Amino acid sequence: MKRFFSNLNFTVGFVLSSVVVLLAAISLVWTPHEPNLMNADHRFESMSLSHPLGTDHFGRDMLSRVMVGAVKSIIVGLAAVAIGMSLGVLLGLASAYYGKLVDESIMRFADLLFGFPAVLTAILITSVLGPSLINAMLAIGIFYIPIFARLTRAVAMTIWGQEFIAAARASGISEWDITLRHILPNILSPLLIQGTIHFAMAILAEAGLSYLGLGTQPPYASWGRMLNEARTFILLAPWLSIIPGVAIAWAVLGFSLLGDGLRDTLDPKMVRVR
Amino acid sequence: MERIPQKIKSLHDSCPASVPTEAGLKNRKYVSNHIQGWWVTIHAFLERCDMRRYLVKKLLTLLILLFLVSIIVHSVLFILPGDPAHIMLGIDATPETLATLRAELGLDKSPWAQYTEWMGNLLTGRGSQSIHYQVPTHDLILPRLAVTGPLALLAMVLAVAISIPLGTYASCHQNRPGDVGVMFFTQLGLATPAFWLGILLILVFAVHWGVLPAGGFPGWSVDFWGSVKALLLPSFALGIIQASILTRVTRSSMLDVLREDYVRTARAKGLKERIVIYVHALRNALIPVLTILGLQLGQLIAGSIIIENVFFLPGLGRLVFLAVGMRDLPVVRDIVLFMAAAVVIINFIVDLAYGFLDPRIRLE
Repeated sequence: MKRFFSNLNFTVGFVLSSVVVLLAAISLVWTPHEPNLMNADHRFESMSLSHPLGTDHFGRDMLSRVMVGAVKSIIVGLAAVAIGMSLGVLLGLASAYYGKLVDESIMRFADLLFGFPAVLTAILITSVLGPSLINAMLAIGIFYIPIFARLTRAVAMTIWGQEFIAAARASGISEWDITLRHILPNILSPLLIQGTIHFAMAILAEAGLSYLGLGTQPPYASWGRMLNEARTFILLAPWLSIIPGVAIAWAVLGFSLLGDGLRDTLDPKMVRVR
Repeated sequence: MERIPQKIKSLHDSCPASVPTEAGLKNRKYVSNHIQGWWVTIHAFLERCDMRRYLVKKLLTLLILLFLVSIIVHSVLFILPGDPAHIMLGIDATPETLATLRAELGLDKSPWAQYTEWMGNLLTGRGSQSIHYQVPTHDLILPRLAVTGPLALLAMVLAVAISIPLGTYASCHQNRPGDVGVMFFTQLGLATPAFWLGILLILVFAVHWGVLPAGGFPGWSVDFWGSVKALLLPSFALGIIQASILTRVTRSSMLDVLREDYVRTARAKGLKERIVIYVHALRNALIPVLTILGLQLGQLIAGSIIIENVFFLPGLGRLVFLAVGMRDLPVVRDIVLFMAAAVVIINFIVDLAYGFLDPRIRLE
């Protein structure tokens, strides 16, 4: 543990992201106000004791909405990384193991998916299924498949070529067991690193999709959605346009620094010279 | 002789040396030089063949990719959902209107016939018909390129103009305050959504100072400078975020190159530091930067969809956003195809450029 905290990136990232996780966890049981409760008497209030971050155009408490938004962001991040990682790792392992035609077709398939940035995938899905948070997760997750597939393939290929694998083979362990016992554990730490970084990137992507109205639907709060609603009142209540953005940048910065810190400590080879 | 490759050496050995005299030995040396000269020519020819084979292979892959992209876009929108006419008209559609729309879209035909009709129309330049606007989709897409194109280009130019000097500076002052400051800001830039930066820029430049417009677009022929001004803030928002990625890539690539032997040689030769950095190091350091630049351009196209909606710019992104809202599936299909094709083609060009710059790639 001490090894991790001697790294500045990790420490700062850990502190920033814990705040987000903590706020999200608290909001599950308690928020200062009901996040979707409209109150016409308290519209566009600036910061006060009862509303620490002010209120929006429906008189809803901003702090409560930011807290609830954190939950949305974390769920989207986890789901997108889970989708991308599970399918990507499977494809990457298959690609590295079978090689040749399988490898070539999987990698071309990855190229193909890579041609559809998350926004385009979201637009495709949304025009057929209608906008929802699940579709946003799906869109980001699909975009992540080629990223994790390439990463897994690259790492798995170098491991397959190493001597201890040859030794394992010679001692009669089945290839399936080699994959499970030797290849997978070696891929874990790069996966953890990339998973954390792409978790952060998913929060960023979800904010963009929600801003377009392709993610979380009203009246539910999500950071991107709040920015979208605040755009109309930019002259009247500029803080409504600032607070959710700060939350996004905070969370993304926190989790990506955490990922960088993990990389620095878990994979010293990858850090060339800092 | 010592450094001639094995192949030439064996060629040389198999050459009949007529008389083993001193003159013959001289002659032998001549022969070997001669062959080496030939070898260079042959090698250059082979290399050109490599390049051509590489090109053909890449081009074929590109065509197959484009074909698959079009199949996916078409089937996701028109074949998988079952009845797209139903999606477009919503729940309160009467059977008659449904039937009319189905006929108009050609949904009564087989999936393959639908696809070939769409592709045929696309390739012959007829295009497909928008349901909402009742004009061919290319009449909607092409004029809007005049907004999205300059926006993306301006953002890219800005990103390059900021990131290359900044990344170079940071790499030359590694771990000193200047470098740490640059790295701090790029880290911040990586975490900031471009569209939120756009909103912040609106707050500062449009609301607070009132020097630049908060949104809208007058049109190039109506008001040229007004149009440039309208594109400034959005391209800044996109460009600064792109620049933070590029700065980091430039910096780490420069750090790698500055450690190379030839850079030390150049310094040892007594060249001015500026020449070493900008002529010797930077040129090589730019190769990985170019790859990332290509990937970023694809992301930029996607990013412009959101930023155009922040600034209400009448570009492709705004069009596709409105088309999704109105469920104008032919427009959505054609724009998504266009954008995905743009991403694929840009990556293809970058791949090629990479192959030209780094011969090791195309021999794989």
